[in-house]
Amino acid sequence: MGVRKAITGAQAAAEAMRQINPDVVVAYPITPQTPIVEEFAKYVADGVVDTEMVPVESEHSAMSAAVGAETAGARAMSATSSQGLALMWEVVAATPGLRLPIVVSLVNRALSAPINIHCDHSDVMGVTTVGWVQIFSENAQEVYENTLLAVRVAEDSRVQLPVMVNQDGFITSHAVEPVEIFDDALVEKFVGVRSLDRALLDVEHAKSVGPLVLPDHYFEFKRAQEEAMSKVFEVYREVGTELSAITGKQYPFFETYHTDDAEAVVVVLNSAAGTAKAAVDAMRAQGKRVGLLKPILFRPFPYAEIREALKDIPVIGVLDRSMDFGACAPVYSEFRNALWALGKRPAMQSYIYGLGGRDIMTTEIEAVFEELLSGKLDAEHQRYIGLRG
Amino acid sequence: MPTLQEIALKTSGADARIVSGHRMCSGCGIGSIIKTVLAASDKPVIVISATGCLEVVTTIYPFTAWNTPWMHVTFENAASVAAGVEAAYKALKRRGKIEGDVNILAVAGDGGTYDIGFQALSGALERRHKFMYLAYDNEGYMNTGNQRSGATPFGASTTTVPAGKISLGKPQWRKNLVEIVAAHRIPYVAQAAVNNTIDLYKKAQKGFNADGPAVLVVLQPCTSNWSFDSSLTIQYSKLAIETNFWPLYEIENGVVHVNTKPSNRKPIEDFLKGQSRFRHLFKPGNEHVIVEMQKMIDDEWARLLKLEESGIQL
Ligand SMILES: Cc1ncc(C[n+]2csc(CCOP(=O)(O)OP(=O)(O)O)c2C)c(N)n1
Ligand code: SF4
Ligand SMILES: [Mg+2]
Repeated sequence: MGVRKAITGAQAAAEAMRQINPDVVVAYPITPQTPIVEEFAKYVADGVVDTEMVPVESEHSAMSAAVGAETAGARAMSATSSQGLALMWEVVAATPGLRLPIVVSLVNRALSAPINIHCDHSDVMGVTTVGWVQIFSENAQEVYENTLLAVRVAEDSRVQLPVMVNQDGFITSHAVEPVEIFDDALVEKFVGVRSLDRALLDVEHAKSVGPLVLPDHYFEFKRAQEEAMSKVFEVYREVGTELSAITGKQYPFFETYHTDDAEAVVVVLNSAAGTAKAAVDAMRAQGKRVGLLKPILFRPFPYAEIREALKDIPVIGVLDRSMDFGACAPVYSEFRNALWALGKRPAMQSYIYGLGGRDIMTTEIEAVFEELLSGKLDAEHQRYIGLRG
Repeated sequence: MPTLQEIALKTSGADARIVSGHRMCSGCGIGSIIKTVLAASDKPVIVISATGCLEVVTTIYPFTAWNTPWMHVTFENAASVAAGVEAAYKALKRRGKIEGDVNILAVAGDGGTYDIGFQALSGALERRHKFMYLAYDNEGYMNTGNQRSGATPFGASTTTVPAGKISLGKPQWRKNLVEIVAAHRIPYVAQAAVNNTIDLYKKAQKGFNADGPAVLVVLQPCTSNWSFDSSLTIQYSKLAIETNFWPLYEIENGVVHVNTKPSNRKPIEDFLKGQSRFRHLFKPGNEHVIVEMQKMIDDEWARLLKLEESGIQL
């Protein structure tokens, strides 16, 4: 049993970081990520952690310093949002190729332009192709637990890849919820210490890291990176089982809610999944058989498991909080890909919602369910929820 | 102070921190610079390279010329990667996970320093990470074919600002990186050149031993893009000093000291001659550019001497 604290999603991330007590934390402030860094800086200032904190002059340098620290042998963490992620993109893209298990808290915020500080997923969806493990969190509790899980998945010798732990800007990061914080000693034992076997600071065994690799070898490097990504599934399961021993919870690749007998299912990431659960409850109370699938592990994407979970569902609506302009929205695309191999494919509808922090209401998700059940779908076009005419 | 012979012994053989077999152009000055600087460390050195000639020519996979821990990430972040390495060093040392002392050296070209890596450098200096930053300055983006940088001198023809019918090459003066760095009030910053090994070695030693960050800016004539015979690298470096084009000086805890004062400074033409980037300046009608250049060099030199004489702490 842990202790229940009334904290925000940002504080939940900082609590996890306090317990992890990383060797190095590097960060640059940006709304809505800032409270994570501020909270952690207080832990440093009060000697609660003995982390070396580097308050850099930009996000590009934040990621660069995290890369330097991890290559040297430290366990390094960072946090950012939106423009910050965009500025550090070059180094974000280099990190998986360098096989550095850095964990970053990403507080999802809309990308400019127009500038907007509120939640959507356009920041993270711009980096899903570069090779980070992506984990999504519905609420502060999940932020906390996913952050602990992330460190172990990242550093597993079969993986050695960076992980981003996502939470919704403001909606999760700034809302106070009761969060169960587990025993410091148990968590410390769970996260362990990072092995120094690849360290640049091992001066007796000089290594050259990040060399120029030409067409004769580059391809093999990238294939090896993909191989490591494919190992995430088994590692995630194993680490999740270990974490269950402390928390008593399960760590599936995705959560299903009333999908077993469902005639229509909605798919949605992060905090809106909570809203969708309320919509499902309301519809079920009226005798309507609807359900929810909430993706958690988004990279690598568990195609086979998703296919198995949804194979008998007649109609599926996928809600995206970002667009891929001129193409299918990112979450919808993955679900279409996953379900393509089915003999009898479900009908599908793509929806866009919540850009730039626009609220989504249970009534709007209920309306989506009604639409899905009515069969009035348009496979060729995405629909917009809550868009003013 | 070691003799040239002693430095030479430290830069070759089994203990050398960088070894032969790399792919630098013959006559390239980077090799001598990096060897000399690495030899000046009495502790193990961890090197962080920016993208550029040095990185490209020393580590074409699966080969490496580095006998010391080395890392490259991107073009503009050598200083911030080094900052991260230093943070890791402090944390791991504090937690008893590692033993022994190290020096951390970030290396970049002029492009990776004056231009794209400038912010990262400034931030790392302001935060006073304990590391040394070495800029080998060949006055342009050489790895990518002689494009203009903030270090390219006035009047030089580059591939992005070529001399042409209505262009005389770069119309602006180069920026004074040493003074900008000094404005960060770091303990040590110096300008050196590849031809004067002992001076470079001494400066590298001071930099490594400084109580905080240190910066070395070292002139490195580029045989391929300044296009001169590969036997003349040292000669051109020497001429840069003898013409006062590239004064050797250092700023130690804010105090300026000029290391070499040519008794009879040579005219700038002596340095410009034979370099393709300045060839157009010798065409009839372009004499005024050289005159202007000469004036600027003399003014800058006079200013530097005044600064030294004043004893003002920068
Ligand atoms: C962000 C980014 N922009 C541009 C480049 C292309 N690039 C690679 S090296 C280089 C020039 C390097 O110039 P300098 O730092 O002076 O080093 P030198 O090549 O002269 O050794 C450029 C423009 C790059 N690698 N990364
Ligand atoms: S291009 Fe110039 S700087 Fe680069 S390796 Fe050749 S000589 Fe050296
Ligand atoms: Mg250069």
